[in-house]
Amino acid sequence: MNEPLTIFPNTPAAQPPPAIVDMIGVSKHFGAVKALNDATLSIAQGRMISILGHNGAGKSTLIRILAGLMKPSSGQVSVPVRSRDSEPFGPRQARAVGIRCVFQELSLCDGLTVYENTKIIHPKLRGIGWQNKSRSLIRAALDDIFPGHDIDANQLVGRLSIGRRQMVEIARAFTVTDAPIRLVILDEPTSSLDVTAADQLMKFTRLIRDRGMSCLFISHRLREVLEYTDDIVVMQDGRIVDNLPMSSAVSESILVEKMGSVENKIPDAADTVASDKKRGDRVVDIVANGASKSLHATKGEVIGLAGLAGQGQRELLLQVLAASRRTMPGHKVIGRASYVAGDRQGEGVFPLWTVADNLSIGALLRVSRAGVINLSRERALVARWCADLSIRTPRAKHPIRALSGGNQQKVLIARALADDPDIVLFDDPMRGVDFNTKAELYGLVRRMANAGCTFLWYTTEIAELSNCDRVYVLRSGMVTDEITRDALTEERVISASFDRA
Amino acid sequence: MSSFRRWTATHSWIWSFLGAGALMIVMLPFLRGQGIEQVGQVAIQFATFYVMVGLGQMLVIALGSGNIDLSVPGTITLAGFVGLSVSSGATGTLGACGAAVAIGIGAGIGNAVLIQVLQIPPMIATLSSGFVLQSLAIAFSRGASAVPSPLLQAISVHRFAGVPDLAIILILASLTVGLVLRQTRFGRTVLASGQSIRAARLTGLSVNSTIAIVYILSGIFAALTGLFLAASVGGASLDMGQEYLLFSIAVVVLGGTAISGGEASPTGVWGAALLLVLSVTLLNILGVGAGVRFLATGIIIVGVLGVTKPRED
Repeated sequence: MNEPLTIFPNTPAAQPPPAIVDMIGVSKHFGAVKALNDATLSIAQGRMISILGHNGAGKSTLIRILAGLMKPSSGQVSVPVRSRDSEPFGPRQARAVGIRCVFQELSLCDGLTVYENTKIIHPKLRGIGWQNKSRSLIRAALDDIFPGHDIDANQLVGRLSIGRRQMVEIARAFTVTDAPIRLVILDEPTSSLDVTAADQLMKFTRLIRDRGMSCLFISHRLREVLEYTDDIVVMQDGRIVDNLPMSSAVSESILVEKMGSVENKIPDAADTVASDKKRGDRVVDIVANGASKSLHATKGEVIGLAGLAGQGQRELLLQVLAASRRTMPGHKVIGRASYVAGDRQGEGVFPLWTVADNLSIGALLRVSRAGVINLSRERALVARWCADLSIRTPRAKHPIRALSGGNQQKVLIARALADDPDIVLFDDPMRGVDFNTKAELYGLVRRMANAGCTFLWYTTEIAELSNCDRVYVLRSGMVTDEITRDALTEERVISASFDRA
Repeated sequence: MSSFRRWTATHSWIWSFLGAGALMIVMLPFLRGQGIEQVGQVAIQFATFYVMVGLGQMLVIALGSGNIDLSVPGTITLAGFVGLSVSSGATGTLGACGAAVAIGIGAGIGNAVLIQVLQIPPMIATLSSGFVLQSLAIAFSRGASAVPSPLLQAISVHRFAGVPDLAIILILASLTVGLVLRQTRFGRTVLASGQSIRAARLTGLSVNSTIAIVYILSGIFAALTGLFLAASVGGASLDMGQEYLLFSIAVVVLGGTAISGGEASPTGVWGAALLLVLSVTLLNILGVGAGVRFLATGIIIVGVLGVTKPRED
C-alpha cells in the first residue's frame, strides 16, 4: 500500500505542484441560458490543456471567467499561488497571478504601433526611454515565438494583415515586465495564422511548458490538439463532460465522439459535385497584370483562394466586390456580388442590432418598395433564413452579440445569401467556427453552387479547399498556381504558397 | 429594480421624461400666481424649437464616426434673417419657408462636400461652415428688416386647443423620423453606418449618399428652427442661434441617443427638450442670473448623463 514511500524514502508524500487556478463548481447564467454549468477544473503547472467543444459548449465563458473578465453566477475561482482571496477575482488579480489571454477577437488598437500596443499591458513601461524598452520587449517575444517573422515594431497595427496582428497579439501575451507568466489562455490562436506561424507557435508552447508555464488552448484543429496537448477537457452544453490525459489511445474519432456531435464528418464534397458545369459562362474574369496569371470563375463554380495568410487574397475579393458595383479596368464581373467577412467584429456584425436586423440588412431591396420596408415580408425573410441555416437563436429579435461566434457567422452568411447574389465572396469566414457548423455550411455552399451561385472562397485551412472546384494559390498578390480539383494536393498548395527562388 | 435596470438599458429615453416630471413637481411650490398650465405651455413652445433642431442633430450623431453638425447656429441665424425679410416680400410666408429650406439644403450640401469630398473631419468641417453661415448672416443683417410678416408670426404662435401648432407638427415629424429610422432603407443605413461603417460599406449599403442626405436634413431642420424661432419672438438677432449649439447636442445625448452612433431616439429628444426647458424655467422663477443658469444647465446635463449611462455587467 505504501509503495511510493518506500521507493522515495526521503521525499514527503508525492505532492503535486500547487495548481495555478482552481475552479470549483462554477456556473454562469445569462437569463435562462446556462452558459456554464457546475464546472470544476484545476490547472496545474507546466501543462498544456486543450478545451474542446462545439459552438455554445461554454468554452468562451470558461476562459472569460478564468481571465477574470466575467464574474461567475455561482461557484468559486481561487488562485492558490497567491491567496489574496479578500479581493474578488477580477482581471487585475488574474494578471497579478500571471494569467494572460490571447482572444479570438483581436484586442489590439489599430491606431497604435506594435510597441505602443505592448506598452498598454505593461504599466511598468514608463519614464524616459519606454519606447525602446517596449520595442525590444516585443521584438524579443516575436523572435522567440516566430523566428524569421517580418513584423516591424514601429508599424501601426492597423496596417498589419490579420495574421500578423494575431502574431503580435500572441507575442505580446508572452512579454514580461512585472508580473510573471504562469498561464496563457490561447483562444483559437492559430485560426488566422498561416501554416508556418501556426507550427512555430505550437512548438513554442512545448518550450514554455518546460519552463513551468501552462497553456489553456482552444482550437478547432484537432491535429494540433492531439499533437501538442497534455490534458483534454471536453465540454458540452456548458458542462465539462470529460477530462482525459493525452495518450496514444486518444484519436480524432474518439474526441469527436466525446464532443457529442451527431454529424461529425465533413461531407466528402466529391460526391455532391455537379458534374455538368456550364463552361464558358464566365461571371468573373480578371485579366493578368504583370507576372500574375489571370483568374476567372464560371457560373456555379466554387473557386478556392489559397496561399499563406495576407498574400492579397482579401484584396482580390474586395476588387471583385468593387467591380460588381462599378466598372473597373481589367476586371469583368457579371452579376451582383456579396461579401462575407472573416473579421466578424470589425466588418461584419452590427453590434447594437438583433439577429433579425443583422440578417435582413443585406437584402432590404427584396423586402422593400420605394425604400420603405415591408416589416412582415422582412420577418418572413428572416424566419426563412434562420431555418435554412439552422441559426440557433432563442428568437429572431435576440441581440446578435449574445450568440456564439459560429452562429454569428451563420447570420453573416445568411445576410449575404439572402440577397440572392450571383457571386458570393468568402473572406475566410470559417475562422473559429466549430466543425459541425462548418459541415452544415459546406453543404450549403454546394447546394447554392449547384443552383448557379458562384463562390470565391479565401481560406487559410487547406482542408477546406476540398470543397472547391478549382483553386488559385496566391503569393504577394499574384496567382502562382491554378489547381483543378482532381490535381489538388496539400503539397502542391504549399509549394505554390512558398517562394522557392 | 434589476428588471427596471434592464428595461432602461434599452429605453434610456425614459430618464429624460422622469427628469422633466421631477422638475415639474419641484416647480409647483414656486408657481405663485402663474398656473401650471401656463408654464407647461411655455415649456412646450420652447421645447418645440429644441426638438426641431435636435431631430436633425440626432440623425447626424447616429451616423457615428464622429459625425456632428456644429454649423447649426450659423444656419439658424442666417435662415432667421433671410426668412423674415422674404416673408414681408411678395412671396410671403411660403417664400420664407422656401428660402429657409434652401438655406438648409445649401448648408447641408456644403457640409457634405467638406466632409466627403475634402475628407475634413466633421467637427472641423461643420464648425467652419457654421462660421461662413454666421458671416453671411451678419452681412445680410445690414439693412434687412428683421421683422416677420404678421401672417408668419401668427402661424408660428398659433395654438390648437392650447397646444402650439408647431408642437403638433413636430410631434408628427418626430413620429415620422422614428418610422423612417425603423422602416426605410435610408433609416437602416443610417443606423448601420453608425455601428460599423466598414460593415455597412461591405454589405453594399449606399453609405455616402446617406451621409450627405443626413447633413442636408440637419440643415433643413436647423433652418426651419431659425425661421420659426425668429418669427415667434418677433424678430431675428445675430446671437439667436448661439445657445442652440449646445442644446441641439444636449437634447440628443440626454434623450438616450448614443454619441458613438448607431442608435437614435426621437422620443428621448422630446423628453430631453422638456427637461432642459423646464430647468431653465425653474431657474428663471428662482430669479438666478444668467451665469448661474448656464452653470446649472451644465450640471444637469452631466448629471443626467451620469445616471443614464448603462452599467457594465
